[in-house]
Amino acid sequence: MAIISRGFAGRRSAGEVKLPPGQYLTTDFPVLSAGPTPRISLDRWEFTIDDGANVIQRWDWNSFRDLPRETITVDLHCVTRWSKLGTSWEGISLDTLLANVKTDLSFAMFHSYGDYTTNLPLKDLLNKQAWIAFKYDGTDLAPEHGGPARLLVPHLYLWKSAKWVKGMTLMQHDKPGFWEGLGYHIYGDPWREQRYSEE
Amino acid sequence: MAGTEVLGRVTWRSGKVVALFDETSSARTIGIVVPDWPGHVAGQHIDVRLTAPDGYSAVRSYSIASAPSSDGLIEITVDRLPNGEVSPYLTQQVMVGDELEVRGPIGRWFVWSPEQVGPVQLVAGGSGIVPLMAMIRSRASAGSTVPFRLLYSIREPGAIFYRDELQTLSSQGDSVVVTYAYTRATPKDWPRPAGRINRELIDSGTWPANLQASSYVCGPTSFVESATDLLIAAGQDRERIRTERFGATGERK
Repeated sequence: MAIISRGFAGRRSAGEVKLPPGQYLTTDFPVLSAGPTPRISLDRWEFTIDDGANVIQRWDWNSFRDLPRETITVDLHCVTRWSKLGTSWEGISLDTLLANVKTDLSFAMFHSYGDYTTNLPLKDLLNKQAWIAFKYDGTDLAPEHGGPARLLVPHLYLWKSAKWVKGMTLMQHDKPGFWEGLGYHIYGDPWREQRYSEE
Repeated sequence: MAGTEVLGRVTWRSGKVVALFDETSSARTIGIVVPDWPGHVAGQHIDVRLTAPDGYSAVRSYSIASAPSSDGLIEITVDRLPNGEVSPYLTQQVMVGDELEVRGPIGRWFVWSPEQVGPVQLVAGGSGIVPLMAMIRSRASAGSTVPFRLLYSIREPGAIFYRDELQTLSSQGDSVVVTYAYTRATPKDWPRPAGRINRELIDSGTWPANLQASSYVCGPTSFVESATDLLIAAGQDRERIRTERFGATGERK
């Protein structure tokens, strides 16, 4: 039973959009990062897919940008409680990146420049649910927001949308990435408010 | 009894407001006693939940400003945001004796504990001082003599949080070395004109790179981006720099 906060009215507007529990709307674009923003030159950039033993796919910046691109408009939900609606991105679908990958592995660990990692079930990456994005709002993705390219998995809390991605490792069993190993939820569904591992 | 949702460590708990102190014209420190508080490490934050009579609730995260203690007292310092939903309530309406729902502590990355023996560089932008002050207080209460330096960037002299305490802590033996940097207005006769953080300030206000200090940088996103770039340009190892950023409307501190 919640305690009523004396004199607190809160701010609700008519016809308020439905947000995941515990979230509030913002119109700017806050940043959550554990460390300094890495600066990655495009001639050194690559994205690889491996199965833990061998690299299965590899793209450099040019071959990656030659893949068929998609424009997506999605809502973002950050575990620090802000939500931002109708954000516009351009990127390559994971369906495209995984089209020629035959695997019976069920999970993936994403790796970033700057050593960040995050884990996801493979089924959350397929069927138009995930992209590697390189443009935000029509312009090249800024470094503090994950540029040159970041993962975008909008149906999960935004920490799953790893910035500065450089590769993914397919795995048989799920295991925690960076924030997941520091007490955040292994899956991170905002609609079920899976913020912390104890929930 | 309130706060009996069984969620392990992140259970909502009922705290009582026991002290209020205005740090500046827009920021207030709120002391909260949480009877079954599990303890915290400097740098961690709590969630605060406000609930209206019709059941509508709003939750925000605030960094803990106080050192770990065993008596269940925690302090947060809240800066009032002009269009905030929760910060105006916490800085203007809350009274001593009110109950506040809190949960935590949360966060295991942007933390410092007295078992860490290496030198520490703190870099604060505005209200980003709050979790760093918890580290300074944690060092003091543990009797640690680990070398600490604070580079504290603020708009103007009146915007400094914890002014007297920082003065005391920086004037004792084994003290914390504090450097203030003003971005809009300086005190009278201040040697450096007001301006944004730059390389010269990093060179004069932070440990030399060869000391291999652990750096904690907290503030608005643009400040953290500049400060970390400058630290790296000055030779600091990016692996030893931890950051916490907050956006203009993100009330996380």
